[in-house]
Amino acid sequence: MSTTQTYMHVSQSSDSAPLLEVRDLKTHFETGRGRVKAVDGVSFSLNKGRTIGIVGESGSGKTVLSRSVMRMLPRHGVINDGQLIFDGQDISDYTDEQMRRIWGAQIGLVSQDPMTSLNPVVRIGRQITESVRLHLKIDKGQANEMAISILKSVAMPEPERRMRSYPHELSGGLRQRVTIAMALACGPKLIIADEPTTALDVTVQAQILDLLGSLQRERNMAMILITHDLGVVSDRCDEIAVMYAGKIVERAPTKYLFSNMKMRYTQALFESIPKLNAPSNVPLRAIEGRPPDLVNPPLGCSFAPRCAYADERCHTLEPPLMAAETPGHVFACWNPVGGMPPPPAHMVERLGVKPVREEKFFKS
Amino acid sequence: MSPEKILKVENLVVTFPAGAGKKVHAVSDVSFELAKGETLGLVGESGCGKSTTGRAIMQLIRPAQGSVNFEGSDLTRVKGKELRRIRQGMQIIFQDPISSLNPRRRLKDIIAEPLDIWSKLESEERYDRVREMCDQVGLDFESVKDRRPHEFSGGQCQRISIARALMLSPKLLICDEPVSALDVSVQAQILNLLRVLKSKYDLSMIFIAHDLAVVKNISTSVAVMYLGRICETADSDTFYTNPAHPYTKALLESVPEPDPSLIGSEGKMRLSGELPSVIDPPSGCKFRTRCPYSQDICAIQEPELVEISAGHKVACHFPISR
Repeated sequence: MSTTQTYMHVSQSSDSAPLLEVRDLKTHFETGRGRVKAVDGVSFSLNKGRTIGIVGESGSGKTVLSRSVMRMLPRHGVINDGQLIFDGQDISDYTDEQMRRIWGAQIGLVSQDPMTSLNPVVRIGRQITESVRLHLKIDKGQANEMAISILKSVAMPEPERRMRSYPHELSGGLRQRVTIAMALACGPKLIIADEPTTALDVTVQAQILDLLGSLQRERNMAMILITHDLGVVSDRCDEIAVMYAGKIVERAPTKYLFSNMKMRYTQALFESIPKLNAPSNVPLRAIEGRPPDLVNPPLGCSFAPRCAYADERCHTLEPPLMAAETPGHVFACWNPVGGMPPPPAHMVERLGVKPVREEKFFKS
Repeated sequence: MSPEKILKVENLVVTFPAGAGKKVHAVSDVSFELAKGETLGLVGESGCGKSTTGRAIMQLIRPAQGSVNFEGSDLTRVKGKELRRIRQGMQIIFQDPISSLNPRRRLKDIIAEPLDIWSKLESEERYDRVREMCDQVGLDFESVKDRRPHEFSGGQCQRISIARALMLSPKLLICDEPVSALDVSVQAQILNLLRVLKSKYDLSMIFIAHDLAVVKNISTSVAVMYLGRICETADSDTFYTNPAHPYTKALLESVPEPDPSLIGSEGKMRLSGELPSVIDPPSGCKFRTRCPYSQDICAIQEPELVEISAGHKVACHFPISR
């Protein structure tokens, strides 16, 4: 946590400080089996109006990461470390009391399963107006009008009638529109969408993702889009971070991630997706095995046991995040796709030819 | 010339009571054939009747009309013991791998159950068969035999379901969205496994899914369903190179493309709205309410499923042609 001032923000835009900065975030759970390192040293930053996609398999820690960013973690048995800067304030040590002013009002959450994230015995209208009335301190009539206009903006058919519906009366796609409306109601600056479309059909998925994108542009919100499907993030994010075993193993602006993929895990994940332009009836290049047990992660690179390119070093020494040739692109791999990038010229002069941690690379 | 057909479905109709004497036509007038060794991908959105079709073939839901010919016998006309005997040759795998396994039973008993019902083997032989099947689906029998379903991941549970389905050496395997609840990496493992087992056990498959990229990977022919009807069917190559129904085109363009270099600049065709209610379907062509090409005739006359080239059938007044 020494050189934190020297971070480079990959999605650099003209307006100053990033909206969210996550520095060396750690979330460990104490369980009967030992300590589970669900998120282990994750850093990234996100500017206003930008989108970062977080991609990984089940159990890679992406959902715990989103909960940690929102500071929505169980009170007991959790070890939480690192710094969270949101909109200029350090929220790392905020109590629930303090967070309550941020939840909903500043950070909205769209969760995976719209059936379980809505209260089944409360009408849609009240579920939306609840947070509006709390945060914006407006009366019932105004809140209702506002909820209807929000339902309109998420393209809900017959919003006035739907205000009086219960969640079970809606289809999956419409329910997800309600959770998006709830997340947007108070005009948050950041939306965290945790697998927003995994439970939906492809046609509805496309609708919901398009909707999230257009609302985001309209309202200049930042978004963290969490998914296991690289296809979902590829044309909707400015930057993509790939997570494996609680760590970010590759992070790059979207175009570089796909044009200059470095980390072997990212490559394997990409190749395991069935593609429409691929010939039919050919075996997919599946990643064998399963993600490691986070109580006892393997020594060295955590992907090494499943990696076809792993050598001696991968099994003994954990690769740090290293800079790739492409700007704003870091990866953690000893045998990257296309070979190790040459270190920048000034590094060769000063330190020799060793790859070093990302922070130092970004000093220039 | 034409290869042997293992399954022939003709004019299948499935209805459910909808209260007040009304009926919902979940599947109406569906016909298709499945040749030995082929995989038919059955595609459509939630609520289009694809799972109901799968279940009606198995006679888990009795069809209201039509016939299901499996290896020479019409399943709609048999019942009881006779039906159960024929049904050994056809097995089904369900979408949610965890809830389709009994949580209180151990893996070895789950997989052995079909054998216990049908073969009454000596315990030694039964044990060998289960171990062999576990090997086939990539489970390490010795370390997992005494575990219960909650101790397995989704992918492993799906392997268990597959092992159970293959225990009686079926000829036909119906896979009802077997990978849609799984992660992409696990999905690839299961698809590869199904492909290997299919050639090894000489299976024919009906693969029900909503993701056209997944279906392309595993199917030899594809049928698209919309509101209980087949609206386009063709062999895989024709289907993916020359989709003719506007709905097929929309489905194809909704598949998220993982490689940004392949995302075209031109706008994609998006479906607005959702599937109309099956209780009160639109008149004429069922897809017209969401179709960008719909014209007056679409509201009046329902298009027939007609053959536009060899093996390629479309139900549309204005099929897209290249």
